Amino acid sequence: MFAKSPVAEPLAREKDNTAESELFFRRALVMVLLVFLALLAVGGRLVYLQVLNHERFTTLADGNRIRVQPLPPTRGFIFDRNGVLLAENLASYHLEVTREQVQDLDATLEELRQRIELTDADLERFHKMTRRTPGYIGVPLRFRLTDEEIARLAIDLHRFPGVEIKADLTRRYPLGPLGVHAIGYVGRIDEGEMRRIDPGQYSGSTHIGKVGVERSHEDLLRGRPGWQQVETNAEGRPLRVLSRTPPTPGQHIYLSIDIRLQAVAEKVLEGYNGAIVALDPRNGEILALASQPTYDPNPFVNGIDFASYRTLNTSKDKPLLNRALRGMYPPGSTIKPLMALTGLEYGVVNRHSGVACPGFYRLPGSSHRFRDWKRSGHGSVSMDRAIAQSCDVYFYDLALRLGIDRTYQFLDQFHIGRPTGVDLPGEKGGVLPSQAWKRKSYNQNWFAGDTLSAGIGQGYFLATPLQLAHSTAVIALRGLQFQPRILYASEDPGTRVKTLAEPQPLPSVQVRDPRFWETITAGMVHVIEGGTAHRIGIGAKYRIAGKTGTAQVFTLGQSQRYDAKRLAKHLLDHALFVAFAPVDDPRIAVAVIAENGGGGSSTAAPMARKVMDAWLLSKYDALPEPIPAPDAAAHESE
Amino acid sequence: MNPNNEGGLLMRLLRLDLPLLLGLLMVSGLGLTVLYSAGQQNMDLVIGQGMRLGLGFAIMLTLAQLPPRYFRLWSPWIYLAGILLLLAVMVVGDISKGAQRWLDLGVVRFQPSEIMKLAVPMMMGWFFAEKPLPPRWLHLLGGVLITAIPFILIAEQPDLGTALVVGSAGAFALFLAGLSWMILFGLTALLGAAIPLFWTFIMHDYQRQRVLTFLDPETDPLGTGYHIIQSKIAIGSGGIYGKGWLNGTQSHLDFLPEGSTDFIFAAFLEEFGLIGGGLLLTLYFFVIARALYMASRAPDTYTRLLAGSVTLIFFLYAFVNTGMVSGLLPVVGLPLPLFSYGGTSLVTIMAGFGILMSIYSHRRTLTR
Repeated sequence: MFAKSPVAEPLAREKDNTAESELFFRRALVMVLLVFLALLAVGGRLVYLQVLNHERFTTLADGNRIRVQPLPPTRGFIFDRNGVLLAENLASYHLEVTREQVQDLDATLEELRQRIELTDADLERFHKMTRRTPGYIGVPLRFRLTDEEIARLAIDLHRFPGVEIKADLTRRYPLGPLGVHAIGYVGRIDEGEMRRIDPGQYSGSTHIGKVGVERSHEDLLRGRPGWQQVETNAEGRPLRVLSRTPPTPGQHIYLSIDIRLQAVAEKVLEGYNGAIVALDPRNGEILALASQPTYDPNPFVNGIDFASYRTLNTSKDKPLLNRALRGMYPPGSTIKPLMALTGLEYGVVNRHSGVACPGFYRLPGSSHRFRDWKRSGHGSVSMDRAIAQSCDVYFYDLALRLGIDRTYQFLDQFHIGRPTGVDLPGEKGGVLPSQAWKRKSYNQNWFAGDTLSAGIGQGYFLATPLQLAHSTAVIALRGLQFQPRILYASEDPGTRVKTLAEPQPLPSVQVRDPRFWETITAGMVHVIEGGTAHRIGIGAKYRIAGKTGTAQVFTLGQSQRYDAKRLAKHLLDHALFVAFAPVDDPRIAVAVIAENGGGGSSTAAPMARKVMDAWLLSKYDALPEPIPAPDAAAHESE
Repeated sequence: MNPNNEGGLLMRLLRLDLPLLLGLLMVSGLGLTVLYSAGQQNMDLVIGQGMRLGLGFAIMLTLAQLPPRYFRLWSPWIYLAGILLLLAVMVVGDISKGAQRWLDLGVVRFQPSEIMKLAVPMMMGWFFAEKPLPPRWLHLLGGVLITAIPFILIAEQPDLGTALVVGSAGAFALFLAGLSWMILFGLTALLGAAIPLFWTFIMHDYQRQRVLTFLDPETDPLGTGYHIIQSKIAIGSGGIYGKGWLNGTQSHLDFLPEGSTDFIFAAFLEEFGLIGGGLLLTLYFFVIARALYMASRAPDTYTRLLAGSVTLIFFLYAFVNTGMVSGLLPVVGLPLPLFSYGGTSLVTIMAGFGILMSIYSHRRTLTR
């Protein structure tokens, strides 16, 4: 294809091999130089990378291979004051799916379903969580795998990339619903909490206290996460641990609650919606905090299914509502001893002053009749009889003479209508009415009629069962006041050293004459001894001071009569009772509210008596059997 | 210096050059050592590569026995066959990775473009053998055509790396033939002007992307820039002394892609550091310089041009690969000769050294 014949040119040269050899040698020398320079350039580049930038690339290489993994701490247990276990952690296995590594999610789920039980609730929860989780983070699909299921999965799990069996600790409440409103529960950290929490404290943790003590003492229970440095390959698979800082486990905590007393309180209240709070007046320790209805906290731990949650959440009885802290009720007649004390303090009455009770009260210049609960009236009543018989007219008169603002000033010291500051989350305040409050809330003037209603704990007056128990405890200690609290002690799980929680004194209530306390206490004793609650005094081995109350759910018309038999249950009055005992050495203060329970003396007072008997005379029922651990159950059935 | 004394009797009998052979063996031995580590201590890999190297040295030994006149005789036919095969690839070739490179002969699949790496230097030598040097304009055009035809055919496949080797082989031959400096600079300027055209009309998207990520690899750290970034990290973290044999983290934990093939230089530098790198570059320089010296001792135009060109092809491989791996040059898929795992180019390179050995050992029989 290429002509070998010499090309015809006018000045064709002959080939000169010697000259051409020298030419080639020169060119080869140039190339050697070029090769030298090129390889020198590479060498220079290596110096740039390996000497001048060595540090930077070492950091990058370490960043490639070293991953820091959080080591979540073990959450502390919860016990009652006697060491009965209320919350623990159970080793369990769950199935986790990392969507980013799964090729066909639906097909994978279908195949898994043929191996283990996957309920619709499991799938629904899984899909709900996947919507809020980035694809590279594993989402649990099934909790609490049984040994048999693990064996069945393990055979060919390698066929499902992105599906893993993970070991973890699941929070468990062995007594189920008992004490749930005090203990609360933990649940998966949600988006709102994610923004609120310190991420450093929750590295590797998936759960957080949602309500109850689990939430309020989260910081004690949680512990501090540890860290480990692992070497991983390019796929992110950890190959070996380089260094390790172990986590600090959370503290065990002991509640001031006696779970036996709690069981009694919940049992006596059964059948009613309501709450019972029992305090030790000497230090503010909560001995029982019952709210009915209750519910089982265990399903909440790993996410309750939607249907069950809806049932709980939409139930008319509101089982999720912690009535002891968040239920706001008119205190009714239970406020009367404090009203009497206010009257004595301001000198508008003394203990001998009497009022004639015709069964109703009329404001000067008005025809409106404010009724007494006893239509026939109490006749002439002194303070003592007014408390014992719960005479409304006496307190209408007293309230009017005090005026609402003085009442407000004095009662405010008892934390009635404002939070006590208890170490439980979500405590409500309630309302201790005053002129300023009404103007602020309703932009209305205060009327004399409002004062009368407030005088018998009705109208705008609202308080929580905890506040009623607390104010009763303050009366029991003649003005000494301690912040209610549920933390009894904390314990280091390693050293088992217990730290007792200190009582938190609040400013004492000072009165002009300490004998005022005796006066109202005497009135409260006479409630039991011959007064409205005389039936619960029968056979008591200790002396009780108490006060019944009946809070109206709706207002009767001027000519209507209250007829319990003809009213729907939800319109029946709330039954209230507050008490402390023994009178001379108070060791327990109780507040009982049974919604729509009718009368305080007939319904609420006997409940309080049973709680006080249990505490003071150690009359307890047997505790319910702890719910067996699911894995243990599986073992037993094998 | 008496060339008859070099290497002694055995070497003369085998028609091998001892210094060059030693250089090649040292590079190969170092390569196998690195491959053992970079290949996750997989002995099968090392044995496979060792057998390939053995085959390469056997081919070199065989070709060294053939007198250069045979090469000269076959040159145009080998070249012609290569061109025809390249055309055949265009029609019936297998497509892999978006490029049409392979010819399936039922038993073996091979790349005709590989032949051209040797065929172009041979044809250039053959073409200029009887022509006066430095070349005339018309002869120059002939030389450019000899190079351009396979270059375009290979670049169209597209196989940029091989096209670069083939094109460079022709250019090296022209330069060694005594191409005047003025023309050289003129052509360089012309090439500079041609780059934008080349960019727009010839290059494929993935090739453009390679150049772009070369210019700024950090723009695409998870895609095409990943290779360069991880390679630089491996090299830089090696430091002066290296992490030690079998202690490379980038290569052993799979962060370095292609760590036993195209990027084995990075795996080597990570474990042996700047000192190892300097040693290897020195070895390469020694091999190339020795080979160029041998070429300059060749008796006639054909053998000089052929010997010089195949030597510079070896240099091109070494420079492009080390430059690419260290981030000095764009990512062009050329292996590091005698180091990278894989066979095709190894055979070509050893065949080239076989031809060189033959030319050097037959130099007196030719002239006299």
